Amino acid sequence: MSTPGSTGATAVSSTGTLGRGRTEQGRNTSLAGFDASAPLLEVTDLNVRFPTEDGLVHAVRGVDYTLRSGEVLGIVGESGSGKSVTSLAVMGLLPGSARVTGSVKYRGQELLGQSDRSLSRVRGKGVSMIFQDPMTSLDPVYKVGAQITETLRVHDKSLSSKAAEARAVDLLELVGIPNAAERVHSYPHEFSGGMRQRVVIAIAMANQPEVIIADEPTTALDVTVQAQILEVLQTALSETGAAMVMITHDLGVVAGIADRVLVMYAGRPVEIGSVEDIYYEPRMPYTLGLLGSLPRVDSTTRERLTPITGSPPSLLNMPPGCPFAPRCPLHIAECDEAEPERFQVGPGHTAACIRTEQVAGAHGHAAEVFSETSDDAVLASDALPADLATAEGGRDAAAPATPPGDQVEPGAGVPGGTGSLISSPTSPTNGDRA
Amino acid sequence: MSTAITEHATGGATGHGEPILSVRGLEKHFPIKGGGLIKRTVGAVRAVDGVDLDLYPGEVLGLVGESGCGKSTTGRAILNLQPATAGSVVFQGRELVGLDRKAMRPLRRDIQLVFQDPYASLNPRLPVFDIVAEPLVIHGLTKDDKELRARVRELVETVGLNPEHTNRYPAEFSGGQRQRIGIARALALQPKVLVLDEPVSALDVSIQAGVINLLEDLKNELGLSYLFIAHDLSVVRHISDRVAVMYLGRIIEVADQDELFSRPVHPYTQALLSAIPLPDPRRERARQRIIISGDVPSPANPPSGCRFRTRCQKFANVLTDGQREICMTVDPKLEDRGTGHLNACHYAEAASVL
Repeated sequence: MSTPGSTGATAVSSTGTLGRGRTEQGRNTSLAGFDASAPLLEVTDLNVRFPTEDGLVHAVRGVDYTLRSGEVLGIVGESGSGKSVTSLAVMGLLPGSARVTGSVKYRGQELLGQSDRSLSRVRGKGVSMIFQDPMTSLDPVYKVGAQITETLRVHDKSLSSKAAEARAVDLLELVGIPNAAERVHSYPHEFSGGMRQRVVIAIAMANQPEVIIADEPTTALDVTVQAQILEVLQTALSETGAAMVMITHDLGVVAGIADRVLVMYAGRPVEIGSVEDIYYEPRMPYTLGLLGSLPRVDSTTRERLTPITGSPPSLLNMPPGCPFAPRCPLHIAECDEAEPERFQVGPGHTAACIRTEQVAGAHGHAAEVFSETSDDAVLASDALPADLATAEGGRDAAAPATPPGDQVEPGAGVPGGTGSLISSPTSPTNGDRA
Repeated sequence: MSTAITEHATGGATGHGEPILSVRGLEKHFPIKGGGLIKRTVGAVRAVDGVDLDLYPGEVLGLVGESGCGKSTTGRAILNLQPATAGSVVFQGRELVGLDRKAMRPLRRDIQLVFQDPYASLNPRLPVFDIVAEPLVIHGLTKDDKELRARVRELVETVGLNPEHTNRYPAEFSGGQRQRIGIARALALQPKVLVLDEPVSALDVSIQAGVINLLEDLKNELGLSYLFIAHDLSVVRHISDRVAVMYLGRIIEVADQDELFSRPVHPYTQALLSAIPLPDPRRERARQRIIISGDVPSPANPPSGCRFRTRCQKFANVLTDGQREICMTVDPKLEDRGTGHLNACHYAEAASVL
């Protein structure tokens, strides 16, 4: 284990740069005992169940993906979709009570079920991780320099403390921390949130890992700091040549950094494809709905948003059939029979839906598919009593135009529901909305 | 603070009529107590340091900025939930600054707040009916129980929830539904102005879209005015008529929504807009990004002159030494510098960054 590690590390401290380029060629950083020709990271049928008082929560239900060298795989999904649990399972970081089945192979070797000790060889060196909250992933009682050198020396016992510290300074410089030589002696609380996340990235790239898993790395940060950190991540990737799994709920972040995108819903990947496939030609109604519900900062017309009705299913007792069916505008009886497999819909593009042709017709315009279920349009469609429309300033010229007719759904109206709010508190309401 | 602003502030799309809410020179400083036996004030965090705003009837004014810029404190100081240190807040001709709780109470009927976190702002021990009914009971607005029930039912329906579920507790609702409950409670007293403090930032996008649509509909139908406080510029662009950008306790640029997003003039607004990742791979990868360095300075000790100069890319790269001198010594006022809208930059210049 010592030979390949030490060559990499000493090369760095002498020249001040880490490996170059995002290519596999010319690098010899694979851990001893791992097959360098095998796929970098191969996850097959990964399932995670958590026993709770109410029963078994099936948080991850059959995740498959292969990470190729040098690529960035974006995993997107809403809270509770299982995207973080998936990556914790890959790293072997789930609590002991979690039941993990399936297979996670790093360079051909199974990681699931391995002892903590043997996993420690892989963590940080083969696969490293960046967490969301830099305050909880750094130890508050150790100086940041000590935390970086610890990572270095764990994987390379022959590295002297002096060389390790020099390397820590190099790493901090690389991630853009000013006065790195002094700042290695600072504690995490002396850094701002963005600076802390830079330290975390420095630790993650310290041993030139082949895979970096970043779990919502910029979610806790302000948008201007997020832009800085995304740039540092790009630097980290090009310096180490690592591949990355980028987990986020922010579709903008993924659009900028990912090569391929995996969309998760209710613990399963529901669509996988190239970043362009996912954004411009989505085939799964959920992906389409997610894009349609996003307000766009670059849109000059104020189109009404297209929300997805309802909320994600409980992972406690999943009914048979497609988990998105209750929220899906294209739902038909067949959808409830069995959960669809992911079908091939294009080169390298799969989607778990039996009605992908209908989704294809929308070409990424959610309103065409979702208008039928968008019951939020109801309020706009209600006719207003005249006295209300003019009340207190009323509408003015600058108010957004009323939504186009195709988004207004007459079928699900709540007659008089809002109209009576101000005019007469006792007027009867007969609407009923689930 | 300045009469120039009163006359000028609102060349906006809704710039007709009197503002319903007018804020001038609003300041909120939090004292910093020194150590030792005798606690004395050794300084102040100038969270809000001279904010001027006008909200017109029927408009949505977006107030954006990064964390710690004072946008939430501004909202709270306007509502007198945290008494302002200085300045004036005039609501329908009445001065709110300095009013005590008792004097504020009747005014609270007209100006209500929706909180960010729907998990923290609803009492977990009250069923939804009681939560929504509470303001009506406190203000004695319904004469009997029957009327109260009918009103609560209506309010709950208005926000798109099933009135059959009002006997449930907040824990039984999802985040989006809870936020709707919070909105129903705010609407109970038929307010004229809603201050929305990050109303959708705790929600997932698919749920968030429904709440945004609801807020737009309510505004249009009930003739409400919103002060919409948020950090997400995409949401703000979508819902606002005008947008004010805050930095370190001050407003640094105000303009109509379209104007601000297509022709921002303040370097901070430009950097902020350029930092937002677009959910469109081709456009996102083709963009030139302005990356500003560093973090927001401490509001306890803001930089001299222009507060943004320590991070300003224009100050660092474009300006001459003579021009920098002005940035360092002269505090830029919020005024129109020939760009068509108010800004606080000595060298304001329009640029398209999206």
